[in-house]
Amino acid sequence: MSLAQTEKYYLPQPSLWPIIGSFALFLMAIGGVMVMREIDNGGWILLAGLAVMIYMMIGWFSEVIRDSEAGRFNKQVDSSFRWSMSWFIFSEVMFFAAFFGALFYTRMLSVPWLGESDTMEQLWPAFKAAWPTAGPGLTADGFQFTPMGAWGLPAINTLLLLTSGVTVTWAHWGLKKSKRSQLILGLAMTVALGVVFLGLQAYEYNHAYTEMGLTLGAGVYGATFFMLTGFHGFHVLVGTIMLIVMLLRSIAGHFTAEHHFAFEAVSWYWHFVDVVWVMLFILVYWLI
Amino acid sequence: MSTATTHDAHHEEQRSGLMRWVFTTNHKDIGTLYLLFSLLMFMVGGAMAMIIRAELFEPGLQFVQPQFFNSMTTMHALIMIFGAVMPGFVGLANWLVPMMIGAPDMALPRMNNWSFWILPFAFAMLLSTLFMEGGAPAGGWTMYPPLVLQTGNAFPFLIFAVHLMGISSIMGAINIVVTIVNMRAPGMTLMKMPLFVWTWLITAYLLIAVMPVLAGAVTMLLTDRNFGTHFFNAAGGGDPVMFQHIFWFFAHPEVYILILPAFGIVSQVIPTFARKPLFGYASMVYATASIAVLSFIVWAHHMFTVGMPVTAQLFFMFSTMLIAVPTGVKVFNWVATMWKGSMTFETPMLFAIAFVCLFTIGGFSGLVLAIAPVDIQLHDTYYVVAHFHYVLVSGALFSIFAGIYYWLPKWTGHMYNETLGKWHFWLSVIGMNIVFFPMHFLGLAGMPRRIPDYALQFTEFNQIATVGAFMFGFSQLIFLIVVMKAIKGGEKATAQVWEGAEGLEWTVPSPAPYHTFETAPVVK
Amino acid sequence: MWLTIVRRTLTAISGGAAALYGAAVSAEYGLNLPRGVTPISQDAYDLHMLVLWVCVAIAVVVFGAMFISIIYHRKSRGAKPAQFHESTLVEIVWTIVPFLILAGMAIPATKALVAMEDTTNSDLSIKVTGYQWKWGYDYIDDGVSFISSLSTPQDQIYNRQGKGDNYLLEVDNPLVVPVNKKVRLLITANDVIHAWWVPELGMKKDAIPGYINEMWINVQEEGVYRGQCAELCGKDHGFMPIVVVAKNDADFDAWMQAQKSAADADASAADREWAQDELMTRGENVYNTACAACHQVSGAGVPGAFPGLVGSPIATGPIEAHLDMVMNGKPGTAMAAFAGQLNDIDIAAVVTYERNAWGNDTGDLVQPSDVEAAR
Ligand code: HEA
Ligand code: HEA
Ligand code: HEC
Ligand code: CUA
Ligand SMILES: [Cu+2]
Repeated sequence: MSLAQTEKYYLPQPSLWPIIGSFALFLMAIGGVMVMREIDNGGWILLAGLAVMIYMMIGWFSEVIRDSEAGRFNKQVDSSFRWSMSWFIFSEVMFFAAFFGALFYTRMLSVPWLGESDTMEQLWPAFKAAWPTAGPGLTADGFQFTPMGAWGLPAINTLLLLTSGVTVTWAHWGLKKSKRSQLILGLAMTVALGVVFLGLQAYEYNHAYTEMGLTLGAGVYGATFFMLTGFHGFHVLVGTIMLIVMLLRSIAGHFTAEHHFAFEAVSWYWHFVDVVWVMLFILVYWLI
Repeated sequence: MSTATTHDAHHEEQRSGLMRWVFTTNHKDIGTLYLLFSLLMFMVGGAMAMIIRAELFEPGLQFVQPQFFNSMTTMHALIMIFGAVMPGFVGLANWLVPMMIGAPDMALPRMNNWSFWILPFAFAMLLSTLFMEGGAPAGGWTMYPPLVLQTGNAFPFLIFAVHLMGISSIMGAINIVVTIVNMRAPGMTLMKMPLFVWTWLITAYLLIAVMPVLAGAVTMLLTDRNFGTHFFNAAGGGDPVMFQHIFWFFAHPEVYILILPAFGIVSQVIPTFARKPLFGYASMVYATASIAVLSFIVWAHHMFTVGMPVTAQLFFMFSTMLIAVPTGVKVFNWVATMWKGSMTFETPMLFAIAFVCLFTIGGFSGLVLAIAPVDIQLHDTYYVVAHFHYVLVSGALFSIFAGIYYWLPKWTGHMYNETLGKWHFWLSVIGMNIVFFPMHFLGLAGMPRRIPDYALQFTEFNQIATVGAFMFGFSQLIFLIVVMKAIKGGEKATAQVWEGAEGLEWTVPSPAPYHTFETAPVVK
Repeated sequence: MWLTIVRRTLTAISGGAAALYGAAVSAEYGLNLPRGVTPISQDAYDLHMLVLWVCVAIAVVVFGAMFISIIYHRKSRGAKPAQFHESTLVEIVWTIVPFLILAGMAIPATKALVAMEDTTNSDLSIKVTGYQWKWGYDYIDDGVSFISSLSTPQDQIYNRQGKGDNYLLEVDNPLVVPVNKKVRLLITANDVIHAWWVPELGMKKDAIPGYINEMWINVQEEGVYRGQCAELCGKDHGFMPIVVVAKNDADFDAWMQAQKSAADADASAADREWAQDELMTRGENVYNTACAACHQVSGAGVPGAFPGLVGSPIATGPIEAHLDMVMNGKPGTAMAAFAGQLNDIDIAAVVTYERNAWGNDTGDLVQPSDVEAAR
């Protein structure tokens, strides 16, 4: 708000990127529909949508980067970016809240209800409510699975992500002190940690599917487990890609000690992903 | 670092023809797009309502099959809420928020364009389901599982269309919040902002908070149907009722998203035509904020019959009743603004007054529904249908009419035709009451909602409602004519337009210049 | 008919006044909540009247003030605008007064709600199951159970025949309950959510698949009470009424006895061989009540939604697959599992019927014993 009165506003030109973005989303949605309905080539349309989306992002962001590097953004624009990123992260928090809500609800309410009084006696005789569970129907049909323990890979993953939070902050310090090598090294380490995290999670999923009988279909435990960790994993993937872009830009000499909001936005996002993981670790893995 | 090098080059770059609208980053262009889109969707949704009312004119099945009837109900609601009223309000926000706070444009003009242009794609997907084998979604706009999982080929279209609408709303809302917090002219402190800006700020916050929850809910529907999860299936330990909790956690704040901007519009219009400052500005702001906060803890009043523990029912009953307090403050403030004013009754004011009366009636029926033992009788009857059309049609929709009549001269530079405006108003008000008032009686007497055919004792009131519906529907043609005439020409509007109008938007010429404030105005 | 509209509108106006005294006058004309025949419905009615009149009173004050200023404070009357725009005192008053009014309403509402939810000490328990689109009733202690579905003929619905008095509110087998007994209903559903609601009994509860909801009724007058499913449950949501007949103890016991002997008779008949035409007649009956809603009386189905059975690969293919489809349904579609709804004879009959009707001349016979074997 503290905009000097004489300062003029920044106004971007008409842009073709948004409509391309809308078209990309549309293609992705149609591709998605086709995949759901098992129509041939749905996957390709989905990928085409994704490609257009990536093209749009590259185009749009390079425009923003050009404007930024040309010094066209004033403080006010910078502040607009900050606010929007914060609100965007808030919207992501609420998105996760829906799934955490589902975990809480099934675990604390619906599963116990299924195992007591009339519901149990009339509909699910012999069901013993306890978490984790595949639910009364599946259990009665003899479905079995092993829940995921906390102290193997998940604990290692926690360490990885927590460390990556430190490295990205260290990189930020480097940037603020104009130590470019520290910036680049810090970012590279963060990316590496992100990649290893993803690799381990892929391994964990594979193990769950092939050896533990723990699948998306494994009742509410499986559903909430994969939904929460899967969406989180997707966010780590996106975050890692963004970090890679930041790394490349740092190598290309972008960002100054005062002016580097893109970097900060990505690190906020990364910290957010971190915090979600800690919640996941405690609520999904640990407190079984 | 902060200079205006690019600025001057731009204005002339306006493209002509269609491409201007596709590529535009101008808040006025985008506002216009939103408003036109909303008008189009209003007609599509209205046409579906007419099909519903035609079928309900008499007992027995006359025009449509039950499955198609349910599709009409479902699509009518989705289109009216997400296609007509929300974009209508966003269009108004786009036009007015920058002008009211003294900004040249929205904070993120390119993203603004993106938020709009997602919508046509989303609704193209949704509407295409009408032509599909198995028909359009027919599980109600509330999309309760397991029923919604029985939707045919339309199912993934429904889910992805909702996702797209969600993305669009979230981006639009972020843009509005950021514009308001960051783009105000010097001196425009928060407590000097026009009430419309305040209500939109709070609405945008609600949108950002709950649209992702809806996205999460429909994602779980999708995985339940296509990826074998058991979120809403008891056999796997899930619960169909869980969907309702998540859905209403979104949808109750959503209904306030549909009414808070309306409060804002009415709070601009009434002082203008009463020629007297808004009574209790500060308490209006606090009341709006309290409504928003309370809206997060009342959701299960839609679920009094699902078998919640009695303590939960009591909690939701009390919290719901509480909302009457801040809403009452607003109603009283409007009345106090009119009190000892010097009133004239141009069309915007007429719609605003009708809003205050009829919204209050809708609020009262809401309060009746909030009383759990009574709601258990009235839930899923036409009483509920009456309630929410009073708050949505004579609430949200009428406020949009009021806003359009009020600001149309500022947008087009021409006065609209006052006589036609008055005809539109009177036919709408009378028509609206003929459609929806009898629905209270139908509900009390026991007619369930979402049925294509009914028992004989409900015949007369349904016939009255149908007659009113067609009357109301045709009156909207007048509105179309008024708007088109004002766009084409008419008496030139002054900058001030209305004698009693106050605020920055009335300091610039009519029509407002393409970029309103190139340098920030100073607000004292 | 227009006369009736005028008459009812007039009664609407005068009925409002009558309702002031809590009289059931207006209920007769279908304008107000019925006062009903259970303590709960009466509580709800009284609460509704209380809240209604409080709202009317507030409306009179608020709209009164507004119309006074609309009439007197208009520019055309030369009114000059005052300039006041706030008053802390008034604003506090009109925050606190509504709060107190609401608190006054909350007290009786809480009492009524608590009473409603108290299902202890019941005399009789009946399990109620919602199916697309009919109700199943199961007298848990007596082992009697039956399905209750709409009995209004399609011809009336499609206007080919005059509509009867209880159009859409009539069923083949009503639920029978004794009067002045606390009857506990255990509500659940088999496919999607339904809601069991009879206005005059003052109770509505959702039937959730996989869960049991409880409610209780205590009917205080003999009679026939009609209601409808109150939760959207698909195509025929408007066509799954509920009829409750309240009988005195003696009549109720007699009815229960009759039900039990009919069930016994069916049980013994299931052991014998059934002849083709016996199965076909019974099958046609079952088909028309249980299956025709989707697959249509003609067996043609509804393209895109419900498959036709004429010449269908399942209805003309191997008997096992056909039996399996009917008994276990197809999860994820509207085709429900009928094993729990129909007895062996009915299933045998309906399958035989489908395999021989509409030109599906397979000549196959399915016996109740075959069904039992497939269970
Ligand atoms: C714009 C939208 C909007 C608004 C503003 C409201 C406002 C309110 N609504 Fe409404 N509602 C809907 C849209 C809205 N609703 C919709 C769409 C549905 C149905 C969804 C579906 O099932 O499809 C619904 C359903 C609905 C139900 C569920 C009914 C059921 O399905 O069984 C309930 C129950 O409590 C309810 C209550 C309320 C209350 C208490 C308010 C309050 O906010 C009203 C407050 C206002 C007043 C009370 C009037 C003014 C106050 C005074 C003059 C002060 C003095 C008053 C007193 C002290 C009494 N609403
Ligand atoms: C903002 C939201 C909004 C709006 C504006 C409306 C507007 C209208 N609604 Fe809507 N309605 C809902 C939201 C809304 N509704 C919701 C949420 C539901 C619940 C759905 C569910 O159960 O899932 C619902 C359900 C609903 C039902 C119950 C259906 C059922 O339970 O089966 C009915 C029945 O009468 C109805 C009627 C109408 C009518 C007559 C209008 C009229 O106001 C419309 C008037 C507009 C026009 C007619 C279009 C413009 C005019 C022209 C183009 C001119 C020419 C037109 C002709 C006359 C042909 N609505
Ligand atoms: C609620 C609607 C509904 C009712 C009632 C219903 N069905 Fe079905 N039925 C379906 C649907 C939907 C399918 C298609 C399932 C699928 O996708 O394969 C089906 C499939 C079938 C099929 C297999 C047809 C084929 O060729 O695929 C048979 C046989 C059948 N039903 C018999 C019956 C019988 C017998 C009854 C009554 C006792 C009955 N149905 C009642 C909806 C219904
Ligand atoms: Cu069963 Cu509606
Ligand atoms: Cu609500």
